[in-house]
Amino acid sequence: MKTKPTISKAELAEQLRAFVDADFVITDDETMKPYECDGMSMYCEMPLLVVLPETVTQVQRIMRICHKHGVPVVARGAGTGLSAGAMPNKEGVVLSLAKFNRILNIDPLARTASLQPGVRNLAISEEAAQYGLYYGPDPSSQIACTIGGNVAENSGGVHCLKYGLTVHNLLSVEIVTAEGDVVTVGSDGLDSCGMDLLALLTGSEGLLGVVTEVKVKLLPKPEVAQVVMAGFDSVQKAGDAVGGIISHGIIPGGLEMMDGYAIVAADDFAGAGYPRDAKALLLCEVDGTEEEVHEHIAEAEEVFRKLGATSVRTSQSEEERALLWLGRKCAFPAVGRISPDYYCMDGTIPRRHIAYVLSEMDKMSQEFGLRVANVFHAGDGNLHPLILFDANVPGEFERTEAFGAAILKMCVDVGGCITGEHGVGVEKIRQMAIQFNDEELQQFHDVKAAFDPTGILNPGKAVPALKYCQEYRSLEYKQHKHEHTEAAQHG
Amino acid sequence: MADISQQLQEQVLQARAGGEKLNIVGGNTKAFIGREPSADAGTLNVSEHTGIVDYHPVELVMTVRAGTPLADIEAVLAEQGQALHFEPPHFGPESTIGGTLACNLSGPARPWTGSVRDQVLGIRLINGKGEHLRFGGEVMKNVAGYDVSRLQAGALGTLGLITEISLKVMPSPAASMTLVQEVGMDEVLHYMNSRSAEPKPITAACWVDGKVYLRLSGAKTAVEATAEKWSGEVMEAGAEFWRLVQDMQHDFFTGSDEALWRFSVNSTAANPAIEGDWFIDWAGSQRWFRGTGQLSDMEPLARVAGGQVGLFRGGDRSGEVMHSQPDALKRIQQRVKNSFDPDGIFNPGRLYSWM
Repeated sequence: MKTKPTISKAELAEQLRAFVDADFVITDDETMKPYECDGMSMYCEMPLLVVLPETVTQVQRIMRICHKHGVPVVARGAGTGLSAGAMPNKEGVVLSLAKFNRILNIDPLARTASLQPGVRNLAISEEAAQYGLYYGPDPSSQIACTIGGNVAENSGGVHCLKYGLTVHNLLSVEIVTAEGDVVTVGSDGLDSCGMDLLALLTGSEGLLGVVTEVKVKLLPKPEVAQVVMAGFDSVQKAGDAVGGIISHGIIPGGLEMMDGYAIVAADDFAGAGYPRDAKALLLCEVDGTEEEVHEHIAEAEEVFRKLGATSVRTSQSEEERALLWLGRKCAFPAVGRISPDYYCMDGTIPRRHIAYVLSEMDKMSQEFGLRVANVFHAGDGNLHPLILFDANVPGEFERTEAFGAAILKMCVDVGGCITGEHGVGVEKIRQMAIQFNDEELQQFHDVKAAFDPTGILNPGKAVPALKYCQEYRSLEYKQHKHEHTEAAQHG
Repeated sequence: MADISQQLQEQVLQARAGGEKLNIVGGNTKAFIGREPSADAGTLNVSEHTGIVDYHPVELVMTVRAGTPLADIEAVLAEQGQALHFEPPHFGPESTIGGTLACNLSGPARPWTGSVRDQVLGIRLINGKGEHLRFGGEVMKNVAGYDVSRLQAGALGTLGLITEISLKVMPSPAASMTLVQEVGMDEVLHYMNSRSAEPKPITAACWVDGKVYLRLSGAKTAVEATAEKWSGEVMEAGAEFWRLVQDMQHDFFTGSDEALWRFSVNSTAANPAIEGDWFIDWAGSQRWFRGTGQLSDMEPLARVAGGQVGLFRGGDRSGEVMHSQPDALKRIQQRVKNSFDPDGIFNPGRLYSWM
C-alpha cells in the first residue's frame, strides 16, 4: 500500500510555506534534532521536515498535500510518549500541534472543558480548580503531556480503577482525516448514534486521524482524600491485600504497589518514611465525602492488618498524604539514580497472578543478569517493571529488550496484555504478534484503511505487517532461549 | 449454558457462500430498535449461546457469552455483592448482554458510573468473513490494537456477531436513598447540574411530571449525611421507582403509543420548545420526548442543544431513525462496515439505510 512520496523535500517545504509561517516549516537538521524521538529515546529517526501549523485550516491543507503526494505524517504533542509512537518517519513530516495550546472554554455547570490538543493535561485541572472541578486521568507525565497525545494513547494514570481512562472521560474530538476532512466525532451528549468511532479513535496512536480539538468531562473535586500505607513481608500477602480491599467493596481512588527495590530507592529519593525492610508496599487512597472516607479508611486499615501487614500508617494531613505519594511519584527517577539507565515496561495482568508474575520476573532477572524494580498500578493490574541496565556496556540494551519481551510474553500468557497505557508504537510492535493472530491483525489493517486509504498516518507503528509476524512467532522462542544462554555467560 | 460459536460461525460462512443476509437475534426483546429488519434476510439466532465463561469477583471482571440473559448475569453477581453498574434496561426476562452492548443501552446511573460501552474490556466477534476474532481482553487497562470492542456499542450488530464479552463489574453500593421534590421544568436543568457538580454520592437524577428525583448511593454515612443536607423528601419506594425508569416501565414510557424520541444532548441546554411530553434523565443529558414529528424536524433541535436525536420506539421505521451523519463520517463508517463485513451480511439497513 505504501509507496514512495511523489514530491521532493524542497517542493514540499515550498508548498507548506505558502500558508504556514516560513519559520515554522523546519528543514534543517539542527532545528529538527529535538524531534528525532519522543520519551522512548532509544528509538530515533530524523524526519524529512517538521511543520508547526496554528489553525485547523492549515492542518487540513497540510493533510491534503501529504495525502496527494503520499507523504507520511506523524502527529506530535509534547513528545512524552513511552513507546516511540511519535518517532518520525524519515520520508515524512512531523506535524507538531504545539501551537494549539489554548483552553477554549470551561463550562462549570455542564462540567466540561473544550481544549486545543496541545493543552497540557495538568493545565486542565489547574484551570478547572477555581470551579471545584478537575480532569480525571492523570498520567505520570501530566506536567508535560498534552490532551491530544492522551487521546492518541488512551492515557491512564493512578486513578483509573475508579475514574477511568481517557476514553471514559471524553465527550467529543474533532479530527482532520488523512484525506483532509474536518469531522467531529461524539457530541455534548453522552452517547451518539451509530458505531462508537470515538472509542475507536481513542488510543489509535495517530494512525486514524489528527486530533485538532477535544472536549472532556470534568469531575467535582472530592471533599477529602486520605492514604493508607501498608508494608508487607511478602509480595503474596500484599497481592492478597489488594484483593481483600476490593472484595470488601471499597474502590480506592488509587491503589499502588512497590517492591523492595523500589521502596528503598523511592525512600532514599523522597524521604517519605517508607518501611525500608518491607518486601512490598501498598498505597491505598480513598477519596469522597468526609463520612465515606472516614468509614472506608477504618475498614481498609482493618483489612490490611487482618491480612498480615507489618506496618500500617494513615495520612493525617494533606502534607503527610503528599509526602507518602511523593515517593511513588518519584519512583522512576529514584530508580534512575541507582542505575545508569532503566527501561520502563508496561504490561497488564489479572491481579490474582501478581505474586506468580513477580516471582517469575525475579528468576528471569537472574537469568538475564539484569536487576528489575517494580512499581505497579495494583488496582487495575498494570505493571511497570523497570529493568536496570547500562547502555554503555555493549549488548546490555539488547539483553534488556529481550528481558522486556519475555516479561510481555508472560503477561499475555497469564491472560493479560502487552501494554496497559504506554501504547504499542514502534517499541512493542513485534509483541503484537503474540497477543493477536493474523486474522485479527488484518482486521486492524482494514480498519486503518477505512480512515486512511493510502496509509500516510504514522505508518509502521502500532500494528505490524503480517509478513513479519509469523517470523517473529517462530523466532521468539528460539531467541528467548539464546538470550538466556548469552545472559548466563555474561552474568 | 452452551457454546454454539462453531455452529454460528458455520452459519455465517454458509450465508456468505450463498450470498444471503442475516438478521441477528438474541432474546428478541429489542426488535423495535433501529430501522425495520430486512425482510429478505435469514435469522442468526444467538440466544442459545449462553453461559458465564469466567468470573473472578476479586478482579471485578466477568466474561460471558453474548446470548446470556442480563437477569442470569445479575443473579450471579449479586451472590458476590456485585452488579452491572450501568443498570441495563430489561425489556423482558430474555434481554441479553449482547443486545445491550449492540444497542449501547444503559440506565439511570450512566452519567456517574459509565455506560455499557465504558465497562466493556474485550469481545469475541464473528466478522462477515466468518472469522472468529478476539479483541481487547480481561484487564482494565489494555491499549494494544484499536478498540474494536467498544466500537460495537451502538453499531446494532452491523459489524459482526458479538459472541463473548468481558465486562468490568463493580461492588453494589452499601446504601441508597432517593430524594424527591417539585421543581418546574424551567429550573430543573440548572438544579440537577448544580447538584451533579457537588462532590456528593449522587448516582441518578431525573425529572418527570413536575418532580425531580435524585438518588444517592454509596457508604451509608455519606448517603445519610448528604440526604440530610439536601432538600427533598426521602422517597420510600425509591428503589422501585428507579427500576421502572431503568426498564422503561414507568408510566411515561408505557402510557402511550405515540412515537418515543431520544435526545442525547448537552445536559444544560434549554429544552427544545416543541409540543409534547418530556422525561428528562441523566441530569439533563438524555431527554425522552413523546410526540409526533419527523426526524428532519427533530435534528435541528438536537443540534442546537449540542447533541443528537433518534427515533427510539414506534413511529415510522421504514425511513431513517438515527441522527444523520455528515458526508465524511458516513464515508468512513461505510468503509469500516466494509472492513468487517465486505458482503454486507449482518443486519442490512438496520442502523442506516445506507449501511
